[in-house]
Amino acid sequence: MTIPAEIPEKWFPLVLPLKRKKQKGLNGAKSKKKGAEEERRVRANDREYNEKFQYARNCIMTSKYNIVTFLPVNLFEQFQEVANTYFLFLLILQLIPQISSLSWFTTIVPLALVLSITAVKDATDDYFRHKSDNQVNNRQSQVLIRGLLQNEKWMNVRVGDIIKLENKQFVAADLLLLSSSEPHGLCYIETAELDGETNMKVRQSVSVTNELADQNNLASFDGEVVCEPPNNKLDRFCGTLYWRDKKYTLTNQNMLLRGCVLRNTETCYGLVIFAGPDTKLMQNSGSTKFKRTSIDRLMNTLVLWIFGFLVCMGVILAVGNAVWEREVGSLFQSYLPWDPSVDNFLFSAFLSFWSYVIILNTVVPISLYVSVEVIRLGHSYFINWDQEMFCSQCNTAAEARTTTLNEELGQVEYIFSDKTGTLTQNIMSFNKCSINGQTYGEGPDPLEPRPKRLDFSPFNPLADPDFCFYDDTLLESVKVGDAHTHKFFRLLALCHTVMSEEKSEGELVYKAQSPDEGALVTAARNFGFVFRSRTPGTITTTEMGQPVTYTLLAILDFNNIRKRMSVIVRNPEGRICLYCKGADTVLLERLHPCDQELMNVTSDHLHEYAADGLRTLALAYRDLSEDEWEAWSESHRCADKATSCREDRLAATYEHIEQDMMLLGATAIEDKLQEGVPETIAVLSLANIKIWVLTGDKQETAVNIGYSCKMLTDDMTEVFTISGNTVHSVRQELRTARERMIVLSRTREGGKEEGTEGCFMGNGFREGEGMAGAGAKQLQCPPPPPPSNLMDNISGEFALVINGHSLAHALEADMETEFVSTACACKAVICCRVTPLQKAQVVELIKKHKKAVTLAIGDGANDVSMIKSAHIGVGISGQEGIQAVLASDYSFSQFRFLQRLLLVHGRWSYLRMCRFLCYFFYKNFAFTMVHFWFGFFCGFSAQTVYDQYFITLYNIVYTSLPVLAMGIFDQDVPDQRSLEYPKLYEPGQLNLLFNKREFFICIAQGIYTSVVLFFVPCAVLSDATQSTGEPLADYQTFAVTTATALVIVVSVQIALDTGFWTVINHVFVWGSLGCYFCIMFALHSQTLFLIFPNQFHFVGSAQSTLLQPVVWLTIALATTICIVPVLAFRFLKVDLKPQLSDTVRYTQLVRQKKRKPMDCSVEGGRRGPGSVSDGRLGARGGSRRSGYAFAHQEGFGELITSGKNMRLSSLALASFASRHSSSWIDTLRRKKPAHVHTPPSASGESSPAPSCVSGSAPPLSNSSSALGGSQDTTIEEETGSAPAQSAQTAPAQSLAASEAAAAGRSHGGDSPGGWSISLGAVQEALLRWRARAAASNSPRSPSVPMETRQHE
Amino acid sequence: MMASSYNAKDEDGHITVTGPGGGAGLRSKKPENTAFKQQRLPAWQPILTAGTVLPAFFIIGLLFIPIGIGLFVTSNNIKEFTIDYTGADNSSPCFNCSQNFSWNSTMPCTCTVPFYLDQPYESNVYVYYGLSNFYQNHRRYVKSRDDSQLNGNLKSLLEPSKECEPYAYHNNVPIAPCGAIANSMFNDTLALFYNHPNGTNVPILLGTTGIAWWTDKHVKFGNPGGADSNLTAVFQGTTKPLNWRRPVYELDSDQSNSGFVNEDFIVWMRTAALPTFRKLYRIIAKSSQMVPTLPPGNYTLEVVYNYPVHSFEGRKRIILSTISWMGGKNPFLGIAYITVGSVCFFLGVVLLVIHHKCGNRNNGADISN
Repeated sequence: MTIPAEIPEKWFPLVLPLKRKKQKGLNGAKSKKKGAEEERRVRANDREYNEKFQYARNCIMTSKYNIVTFLPVNLFEQFQEVANTYFLFLLILQLIPQISSLSWFTTIVPLALVLSITAVKDATDDYFRHKSDNQVNNRQSQVLIRGLLQNEKWMNVRVGDIIKLENKQFVAADLLLLSSSEPHGLCYIETAELDGETNMKVRQSVSVTNELADQNNLASFDGEVVCEPPNNKLDRFCGTLYWRDKKYTLTNQNMLLRGCVLRNTETCYGLVIFAGPDTKLMQNSGSTKFKRTSIDRLMNTLVLWIFGFLVCMGVILAVGNAVWEREVGSLFQSYLPWDPSVDNFLFSAFLSFWSYVIILNTVVPISLYVSVEVIRLGHSYFINWDQEMFCSQCNTAAEARTTTLNEELGQVEYIFSDKTGTLTQNIMSFNKCSINGQTYGEGPDPLEPRPKRLDFSPFNPLADPDFCFYDDTLLESVKVGDAHTHKFFRLLALCHTVMSEEKSEGELVYKAQSPDEGALVTAARNFGFVFRSRTPGTITTTEMGQPVTYTLLAILDFNNIRKRMSVIVRNPEGRICLYCKGADTVLLERLHPCDQELMNVTSDHLHEYAADGLRTLALAYRDLSEDEWEAWSESHRCADKATSCREDRLAATYEHIEQDMMLLGATAIEDKLQEGVPETIAVLSLANIKIWVLTGDKQETAVNIGYSCKMLTDDMTEVFTISGNTVHSVRQELRTARERMIVLSRTREGGKEEGTEGCFMGNGFREGEGMAGAGAKQLQCPPPPPPSNLMDNISGEFALVINGHSLAHALEADMETEFVSTACACKAVICCRVTPLQKAQVVELIKKHKKAVTLAIGDGANDVSMIKSAHIGVGISGQEGIQAVLASDYSFSQFRFLQRLLLVHGRWSYLRMCRFLCYFFYKNFAFTMVHFWFGFFCGFSAQTVYDQYFITLYNIVYTSLPVLAMGIFDQDVPDQRSLEYPKLYEPGQLNLLFNKREFFICIAQGIYTSVVLFFVPCAVLSDATQSTGEPLADYQTFAVTTATALVIVVSVQIALDTGFWTVINHVFVWGSLGCYFCIMFALHSQTLFLIFPNQFHFVGSAQSTLLQPVVWLTIALATTICIVPVLAFRFLKVDLKPQLSDTVRYTQLVRQKKRKPMDCSVEGGRRGPGSVSDGRLGARGGSRRSGYAFAHQEGFGELITSGKNMRLSSLALASFASRHSSSWIDTLRRKKPAHVHTPPSASGESSPAPSCVSGSAPPLSNSSSALGGSQDTTIEEETGSAPAQSAQTAPAQSLAASEAAAAGRSHGGDSPGGWSISLGAVQEALLRWRARAAASNSPRSPSVPMETRQHE
Repeated sequence: MMASSYNAKDEDGHITVTGPGGGAGLRSKKPENTAFKQQRLPAWQPILTAGTVLPAFFIIGLLFIPIGIGLFVTSNNIKEFTIDYTGADNSSPCFNCSQNFSWNSTMPCTCTVPFYLDQPYESNVYVYYGLSNFYQNHRRYVKSRDDSQLNGNLKSLLEPSKECEPYAYHNNVPIAPCGAIANSMFNDTLALFYNHPNGTNVPILLGTTGIAWWTDKHVKFGNPGGADSNLTAVFQGTTKPLNWRRPVYELDSDQSNSGFVNEDFIVWMRTAALPTFRKLYRIIAKSSQMVPTLPPGNYTLEVVYNYPVHSFEGRKRIILSTISWMGGKNPFLGIAYITVGSVCFFLGVVLLVIHHKCGNRNNGADISN
């Protein structure tokens, strides 16, 4: 199937040494001392010197075999599988005549089949790996050899070589940037493949090397780099360059890493420091593991147990044999002498042990492994074929890239999701704005027809045709010349760090650092304030068609603490003005207090936007007089030149000027979620799956998305933020959070009592059931450390936000448990600013501590490690390259397909696999144990009950297809039900359908059946005779009777087990039965006997046996005795303790009978559990998530004013314009035909306490519970637990509640909206008007539904 | 390791750039919308409901009980008489034979066992000999034969299969028939006499043919050289099994019942499944309509005691039995059917009660809660 995903790790111990050896033979480059490498010394242009160290070459090798080694290596590998070795061992045993109780072909046929199938698959996989290796190894790069640029294949590039790179090329190895065609040795790279960040990064060469400039100089460059050994830290490099007796420090700023793409830079030269497997990209790929499912592991355990059981039985029978041979056999010698070689009973017993091992080995038939693979393959195909997981926009269907994990999809408990590109589309669209107290732009109302998209072209020739906005009042206002509106857009056009490229007149391309900024500037552009170009000192715009050039006096750059940026410009008239945009929390407190009213209104709007999950910014300006400016610029210069505490002093000067500003308005940018994300998350969390978002993004952004996709809601009890920078503080914060949880959940317990009953009954309600589930889970896990015991009883919805620094501490060994116990008590966890490796660590952590099945989903290269370490990795295809997809086990193009993958395919797979295994073990025990009982009657001589052909064919022909059909096609409930009732997913998480208990039940049933199958014919036939007088108790008749009874019993059993009888099932079940009789008659026919009289002893047995009525009566009796108890037991189970799936099934049946139109009932069913799905976003007036939520880096302001990045190389410009844009514009373009994102709405209406979540930092304060008192929480609880029923009544209640809360808070003791800001970063101011604003409950402007979309 | 996780192709940005815009015109990869692929095949979905399970129980019950009664009655109507003539007890007439006789004895030992039939045996009467504690189902025993030889293959006749060891050759002369099974063939000669009330002992005619399976006699077993050949000549160069008193071609005077196709031999070669077994020995054909085949009265069984079982504590017995459509006497089947039928019926009642008392009858009435 497609491209091989990965090489299972199990192969590596074997393969790597081989590979190494071979490589060594070829080029001697690879060495084993790699592990010992303590520092790396690389001398430029000196291959001989570098050769000494035997650094890895730039050749990558992922394939395992070549033509010669394939057969031996592959066979060797296959026989490393315990099962295969075991069967080989059996085969050898069977060749010893004294032991052989079965012919050799009973084992070799299935074994050969299995081995060859696997070999073919491995060969195909490896072929593709060879192909892809070759492709990448043979890529060309320009290497400077002896002063000449030569084209070399990538694989021939060596450490110490100097490589020339051109624009848009991939970096071939980890390079030290020596020189660049750009000024100041700058060079731009895109690191999407590496860390998933789409914005460009700047690298700069060391100045001395940059001066080398041309290749002749470079050829004579002989500097020596001493640096750290290969590691996986993407953001760190430390080394020293020694050149001409001078030392230069090297940092990550000087490095170009493999996997990056050179952008916007004509050429550059780099010195290869790490090559091939040593590169950070490869090092960071994380170790591949051969993923096994928990069922696999369970199966292996069980198989071991069965082996133990087999040995026990063997021992029992061997002891029996010893006793028998001593007591009976020795006396019986006149008729049956001992073999000359086996002359005493002990040796005979020893041999009989092995004989019985052979006979009884069918308890673990080799066909088990093959069948499991076949079933999984079938399930994988169903995933590939699923139309509902096909994305027509990107023309990609879902793909199961590994075929071994399917049933694990039905057991997922934790989902780790990337944010950008996974939850979001990474498209920012300017959606709404508030100008001077007037709000513009309205999200499309699903009930009303979409208004027309605004057409800007007649008004503004420079407009971006892809930009969407639906509210024409704003355009009117611009046209009318409203001063505020103009100022608003002017600000947007001026206050940013966007670079523009203008290939030809009017064809503007903005190169924005963050998509947010791009969206804002594009908005301004379309509304007539076009940012055209900039120089270090000027900004040129076209305002309403008139070119205007502003003098750029200063950029007060953005940083995390300031959360705002300003520019100071002088307009052509000479007026100086400061334009500022920033987080509302920061900005509003710096306003001039004159216009309280505007502030209130704008604040309301901000609330509204935030509640809709939009990223908001407040905009303000301040006119500066010349004096003010002079004074300030003086102080700024001082600060700038300060040697100590420059940062702080600059911040202070910035702070000084950004005061008394006038509010202009606010913008709301939608970080477009992928279609259906909130619904999917809601459904998944109803299925008791915990979702963690792990993102490299900033905390604000992450949290914002958390809200907009409903992971975080305003009716959550509390959201904790962990942002400590030291171990101690992190520990403290985690503890505090836990204590809070315990306290809060205690207070909730009281109010919960009455609601509990309803909750537990329901299938749709998170709290009661969720916690019940967690409780049940507890039984299965080994007892976690004491504190977490308490933690498991936490009720209430909590969320945890933790940032990268804190996470690093939290992941330290002694903190792990603490972190896990806190985080796992939360309903949602968001980790921000995490590195790829941390993502993997978090996943490992949960795997280690929770013994739960984890799933990681992501789209970028930065998610690869996480995808690999999770039990299941899912890649979102078509966003950021295909690194993630290639590392993943499943891939599709929309996050929302995850619910179908898990709830439908995963659930079915799990169900089918469990049923399959249960039945499979059952049928083999029923089959095999008959030999055991027979042992007591045949002198423990290892005589088989059945014909040897029957033994050979039983597993591979007579009983394989019906159970395969069940394993592939069975369904308990149809797919739409699985989505309607997410609770149906729970048995998988709790592993209820196949576990040790179920296994023992199957085994017991199998043994029972074998007892019946042996003793009933035994009792009936022993004295019975045919109707012609011949006795029936001869061995062959007995064998045929038992075998026939067995086949019939297991067929009836599979018929009972099959819940979904398709044509295929019918064909297989009846076909197998028919097949049995046909084959039996054929094997017992005269023809075959006459050809091979020594092979077919059973001639005529079938006819003479099956013609006897007594035989059929015996079979009927045995079947009834086997099946009746099962039937009774199952009936009682369904009747008395129906599972949810039984109930759903039953309902379905009833409905079908009544012939009710399905649709309306489906509709009804959908509403209950999925009520979240139609939820309009969050709580009205909920906590405001201000976002200066830019994926913004500081330092760009400086870059602009210094003019360093102003480069006018037209070539690069052109190429940039055509190709680059990949950060967001390109994404936009790709997404163009995209979906209408409907911000989900609903339960928000019922959400009670506005702005109840806050608490910027520990000590955490929860406004509603702290101030609103216990009454509030009670109400909140009720509404929270029963949104469906109370949806109608809730608004009234909640309104009351919110008023109460607001009133209680009027003294404003809390710090709302600030929780997204890291602790100790900046003191949040209080918004006194906040309470009032919340109480007035967001007056909304007449709704003009509109949706903003941005296109290029 | 790292290498594996890294697939080269992907690094190649020059290739991956094919965005959806460019590829829009390509053919759709949309999976086919077939019922099979979309897992929407029409299907019958049986559910275990009270409506289906309970009637099933009752039906099984109602079906099994009458069958059981029928079987039981039929079985009871069959007459069967068993005589143990092992001679393990002092009092037994064959005691002496059993103690003294061994394979080495040259003189046959004869003993006479009287018995009394209190019921007339109508129709054909089947005479079986039964052995106990005789492990004909032992693995080494079962395989100790050469079917090819028995089928009349001349090559196998002179080169018996290795399976027959240690009874393949005797003094380097191939044994025919070879193997432990043949070697241990039951060779007691049994004769029945009716002690007529008038004092005469009337010998009862015992039919020797028709006791083996048709396929065995006609397909599986065959004399070398075909049916018409001279057996003595054909078996030249072979020797009789060690325990046998006569060579195989002298088993019967009738050519068609001698050699490998001798029915006594064939019956013996069909190994039993259990260590206690019976094999058909003779058939007493019904003589006339009016007289029962075996009228009630005193009989004498005359045994030529050739087959020693004392060494392994075996028992020998002779069984006289009539048969019906379902074969011989078989009380177990009838009783089993009656029992199973009753249990099913009873279970049905119990389940019905349980279902009515505590069953989840509002099943599915409202599951969305």
